[in-house]
Amino acid sequence: MKELLLILVSSAIVNNVVLSQFLGLCPFFGVSKRIETAAGMGGAIIFVITLSSFVTGLIYNFILVPTHMEYLQTIVFILIIAALVQFVEMFLKKGMPALYQSLGVYLPLITTNCAVLGVALTNVQKSYNILQGTVNGFATAVGFTISITLMAGIREKIEYNDVPESFQGFPKVLLTAGLMAIAFFGFSGLLK
Amino acid sequence: MKANTPAERLVNGIIKENPTFVLVLGMCPTLAVTTSAINGIGMGLTTTVVLAMSNLMISLLRKFIPDGVRMPAFIVVVASFVTIVQMLLQGFIPSLYSALGIYIPLIVVNCIILGRAEAYASKNPPIPSLFDGIGMGLGFTLSITCIGAVRELLGAGQIFGHQILPLAAGGKFGYEPITIFILAPGAFFVLAMLAALQNKFKIGAAKRGIDPSEGCGCCAGCDTCNNTMCKGGKEA
Repeated sequence: MKELLLILVSSAIVNNVVLSQFLGLCPFFGVSKRIETAAGMGGAIIFVITLSSFVTGLIYNFILVPTHMEYLQTIVFILIIAALVQFVEMFLKKGMPALYQSLGVYLPLITTNCAVLGVALTNVQKSYNILQGTVNGFATAVGFTISITLMAGIREKIEYNDVPESFQGFPKVLLTAGLMAIAFFGFSGLLK
Repeated sequence: MKANTPAERLVNGIIKENPTFVLVLGMCPTLAVTTSAINGIGMGLTTTVVLAMSNLMISLLRKFIPDGVRMPAFIVVVASFVTIVQMLLQGFIPSLYSALGIYIPLIVVNCIILGRAEAYASKNPPIPSLFDGIGMGLGFTLSITCIGAVRELLGAGQIFGHQILPLAAGGKFGYEPITIFILAPGAFFVLAMLAALQNKFKIGAAKRGIDPSEGCGCCAGCDTCNNTMCKGGKEA
């Protein structure tokens, strides 16, 4: 239990997926203009990453390891993730139209989010079991949601600030991300 | 220069449609592995090999892949080459393999590769596609090596592991390394500065009446890999 808690804190805050591992930067910059959309994306990511780390854990431990085909992990994982996202989308459309309405637009974006594949590979690399892997996936996604929502909040505030012309747009966002990364650095004292 | 010749493709990838600075694709490895110039080169060349081989293969297969399943097919081709390259690195350059770590398998989801497959290789003959891949890859290598060199110089006073700036030691006057540039936040700061510089040149060019050429391959890249990043970056 203590170990799971440790994974939770470490993946969500200390080793934040966006700000210290640089995974999932595309949605982090692309969908962080408004808080609502950022939070929506975060919700979709939590859902997909938790599910995909569970499924990839199952397949890795019960199919790839017994048949000694660990080297196929990259190909297998990316296909699982792509298929899973499709399934989730179809399932939500039929089963939970309300949830689909709010998450729908973000789902197709997630296949190419490197955080999803990144978590699946990290789970294998750190030889987590299925429970630990799922917790790690969930925590990573929560970390992503925290940072993208914060980012959106900051971007809404600085939207109309008087920023030098050259720093308009992308550079401004990058600088903000850098400052946030420094702030998150402070958490590294939490785990020793 | 004539379109679709090997030379034109190389120049296009390295300068006109530079994937990092013009198309703003493939941000994750750009920021993650550029702690030193040598890591940048390693990552860049690894990506170049995968990009060139997968472009060639996809171009050869372009008439056989049905339109409906082309994205999964592309992903399988790219993932196979990534696996091959990963095993080769593990076997022959273990130091680079451990330095790049998880970012090698993550080349699969690098938007540059799927973007080029969709925007170029699936519509053009094999030879130009191969050179398009090499050009794009070298452009990527060049930009991330530059970023890596800047970070290494500011963060450790070194370039390619050679001490350029003498360090302050034993009371002597010298360079005090700004360690933050090797850590995560430094990546954002360096890229922000480079992007701002690029903006400055663009604005200057626009004021002098020269139309700043926007990379249009970006639109295709965005659509294919659903990368909203460059869109966001340009609108913002």
